[in-house]
Amino acid sequence: MQACHLTASDLACRRGDRLLFRGLELSLQAGEALHIAGPNGIGKTSLLRILAGLLRPFGGKVTRGGAMALLDEKPALDPQIPLGTALAFWADLDGVGYLARESCADRAGLSHLLDVPVRYLSTGQRKRAALARMQSQQAPIWLLDEPLNGLDVEGVKLVEGLVSEHILDGGIAVVASHQPMVLPSPKTIELAGFIA
Amino acid sequence: MIARLLKRDLALLMPGGKRGGSVLPLLFFLAVAMLYPFAVGPDSQLLARTGGGVIWVAALLAAILPLDRLVAPDLEQGVFDQLALRGISEEMALVVRMVAHWLSFAPLLLLAAIPAAALLSLEGETLRKVLLGLLAGTPGLAAIGVMIAALTAGLRGGAALSGLLLIPLAVPILIFGAGSLARLDGAGIALAAAISLVLVAMAPFAGGAAIRAAREG
Repeated sequence: MQACHLTASDLACRRGDRLLFRGLELSLQAGEALHIAGPNGIGKTSLLRILAGLLRPFGGKVTRGGAMALLDEKPALDPQIPLGTALAFWADLDGVGYLARESCADRAGLSHLLDVPVRYLSTGQRKRAALARMQSQQAPIWLLDEPLNGLDVEGVKLVEGLVSEHILDGGIAVVASHQPMVLPSPKTIELAGFIA
Repeated sequence: MIARLLKRDLALLMPGGKRGGSVLPLLFFLAVAMLYPFAVGPDSQLLARTGGGVIWVAALLAAILPLDRLVAPDLEQGVFDQLALRGISEEMALVVRMVAHWLSFAPLLLLAAIPAAALLSLEGETLRKVLLGLLAGTPGLAAIGVMIAALTAGLRGGAALSGLLLIPLAVPILIFGAGSLARLDGAGIALAAAISLVLVAMAPFAGGAAIRAAREG
């Protein structure tokens, strides 16, 4: 995997008229994982979206070295079409071949569901589908927002396995979660320490 | 990349597509053309004088029927987020969406305008003008549709606002498009085409800004 990095300096986030956090610094090099911890509503999702470039920070700056993949509560898979077709759209867009796409779906335990329209999938299955989509994107920087929500015990192991492999492969993973998650030597940021 | 986006959008928007209901604009258009003579009576002179305008209004309303399916589902599903992460701007996605939207209703509408013209007892020359005018004007209608869909995507009660937004945006194109029927030269059609182009050029940027604003909110 190519060299990648992700740094943020003096980051502040405002939602509405509320300043969620400020003065946040982070710096991640290839092969590092970061766990963003904190209770609900403290700004974990906002921070991830700022890192992804989807939300403008109220202050501070983010430098991204490498393509990013985002996993959040929205699977971005069209509900009406079969899962296989929905995944194929993103795989084609990312220039991923059929075999790589199939193996990602297989790894996520979805190979028997590829003909099923996405709207019939359960919450956990949708999460797995989004995981397969993210994995096949082959982006060096992964941003995961509550990746364990809705997953069963095996699903949790799957996420931990995928993220660990990604890190060992020289990728970066930023995980926002209020649940504990096993990551290889993660850095941790307690967002509660940056409340404005 | 553009081809793949277009393929997906077409699959979602074309008649018989998975998002479904795309025949509805066509049926709506034909229904208006069929009902209008019943409403105003069989006076063929009156029909011929007003029929072109009716076709234009029907086309406009048919073009905004699928509005709620145009942008909002993708915004909810996070498709625009994922596209942005891949370096595909909202503007680009909306240009493709606009093309797909146009393809999904305009060619069929032009075909349907022929039987509609017969129902409204329009003559050959008028029909030719209506068709040319629609060809020039429908890209503008598609642009209006995409723009309104993007502006109202993040809102509750967007449907009511759509109707309000439609009127000022659609008035110029209707004035020149339907107005061209009353003139002998093609000036009205040329002006309708010009307004159409302005709308097409403006829509992706207005829509893109609207989607980003909805994302921040």
